[in-house]
Amino acid sequence: MGVFPDEITELRVAELVVRRQRGLWGDAFRRLRRNKLAIIGFVILIGIASLAFLAGVVHGIERYDPFFDQDYKALQQGPSGDHFFGTDNLGRDNWARVLAGIRVSLQIGIGTQIVVVLIGVTVGSLAAIGGRFVDNLLMRITDVAYAFPDLLFIILARAVLEDRDWFLISDARVQIILAISLINWTTLARLVRGQMLSLQERDYVTAARAMGATSPRVVFQHMLPNTLGPVIVAVTFGVPIAIFAEAALGFLGFGLQPPAISLGRLVSDGYTYISANEWIVIFPAGAIAILMLCFTFIGDGLRDALDPRTR
Amino acid sequence: MTGYIIRRILWIIPVLWAVATITFFLMHAVPGGPFTQDKALPDPILQALNHRYHLDQPLWRQYLSYLWDLGHLDLGLSFKGDRDVSYLIQHGFFVTAQLGLLSFCVAMAWGLFLGVISALNKNGPLDYLGVLFATVGASVPNFIAGTFLVIVFAVELHWFKIVGWGGPIDWSDTFTASAWEPRKMVLPVIALSLLPSAYIARIMRASMLEVLNQDYIRTARAKGLANNVVILRHAIKNSLIPVLTVMGPIFAYLVTGSFIIENIFSIPGIGGAFVDAVQARDYGMIMGTTLFYAAVVAFANLAVDVLYATVDPRIRYG
Repeated sequence: MGVFPDEITELRVAELVVRRQRGLWGDAFRRLRRNKLAIIGFVILIGIASLAFLAGVVHGIERYDPFFDQDYKALQQGPSGDHFFGTDNLGRDNWARVLAGIRVSLQIGIGTQIVVVLIGVTVGSLAAIGGRFVDNLLMRITDVAYAFPDLLFIILARAVLEDRDWFLISDARVQIILAISLINWTTLARLVRGQMLSLQERDYVTAARAMGATSPRVVFQHMLPNTLGPVIVAVTFGVPIAIFAEAALGFLGFGLQPPAISLGRLVSDGYTYISANEWIVIFPAGAIAILMLCFTFIGDGLRDALDPRTR
Repeated sequence: MTGYIIRRILWIIPVLWAVATITFFLMHAVPGGPFTQDKALPDPILQALNHRYHLDQPLWRQYLSYLWDLGHLDLGLSFKGDRDVSYLIQHGFFVTAQLGLLSFCVAMAWGLFLGVISALNKNGPLDYLGVLFATVGASVPNFIAGTFLVIVFAVELHWFKIVGWGGPIDWSDTFTASAWEPRKMVLPVIALSLLPSAYIARIMRASMLEVLNQDYIRTARAKGLANNVVILRHAIKNSLIPVLTVMGPIFAYLVTGSFIIENIFSIPGIGGAFVDAVQARDYGMIMGTTLFYAAVVAFANLAVDVLYATVDPRIRYG
């Protein structure tokens, strides 16, 4: 002791204290950065997504129109310099079609999670703070939605909404988003409810109430932000589930109607010709697999980063 | 415990009622009816058909009479072939259950094996292979996996056949040798069991690692027990409990996952029947299959919860 003058020690201590104050998000970000798989997944996902969305704007990436450019001299071809991913049964370029499919699948995957968050957070937090009756009612509804076999509901709801020209949902993509999210919000609602219930008992919430904060302020300022971590993780895992559901719909013939395409439709259409030209299936199927893997890696990374206890 | 089971079973009834109600009104909201065709049927025939299936009554009366019949365990008639829905479901389920059970066994065996191997070789090359399988298997959709399996093993190598089901289609030919054709069964079973086996491997690995760190394992080793006795008798047995918790979701997955697999491989099971029914607006069949699925999943979850409490004495239901 006494090696350093007091001033320096104090400075060091101060420095240490400052460095410690990284807070939840800074800490989480640091942990996330160390997770190689999550970073790789993130980079690949950003790459694929920007390629797919740019292709819709810049013709040089797509090179052919995914729906209408037909080349009858080049039917059912494998990959080549002209057609990176080969052609389909009508001589359309599979590279352009897969890019268009990725666009639609990503839109549906992310759109679904937006609706899921809206429903799930609302139901979950209302159940947690709305008193016993509201809680019971909402949780029974959640139970029923949970008991409903997902894919059955999605297929039915999709069939109900098909070809409807209703305000805001006349777009087939929006209809599919609704069909998927109307059954998939239960996990998030339960998660938010559980989280909120446990937060209600925390000291800082009691302190905020004791200081006279109004109920909405406590909920929006103190409780909802602290449920954000698990919600982000759930949403990241939810995107591939939605992409899968859409692909399954497309595969079973309840997806987008031709000429519109999604990855699921590409796989199911290609499946008819699988013995003539397997490339037509390999690329869209591979694209789905890669997208799902990316989201899973990111989700795993985020979960480890935001909640170190679950390691 | 008995009280808990009875309460859970009683709770299934209102859930099934809610599922029935939602399905009933959803399916009637689907545009078009069962007899809508490109070439319209002559009026008298249409009227006779609607009368036969009570479609000429107001919707609320159809709903009430459906519930009444349901209360008497009568699922009504299918419009296709005018047969009892319960008969068709029995038939379809006979095939779906074979697919599901086979996949379940494969998933359990393969998943547990991988999980144990991974845990015993922690951070070794075998562990990385196992984790890789678990991650890829858990995130690749079954129809994508099925598609790749078909391309490699059926289209390229001609090892397996891809159309139809290799097991018996009816109870009566269960014991006829010609009804079994394993070459048709391999690919659908692998495709369906991929995700659950990945899931089980993941959980088994984690729980095995935790158990291996417990004091009683060290005690067992200290007593001088042979390594494989420690692993088999002490470690694996206790690591199995967390795997039980995911049995319910896995069962539900096998039941609904069969949908797409049955579609890919043209297997005449109940999943394919539902898809056909929605396309044909076969109201009786839609209701029947949905309720059947919901009931199967509900009872499977109940069974798993009870089993869980039986195996793990720390868990008690009030």
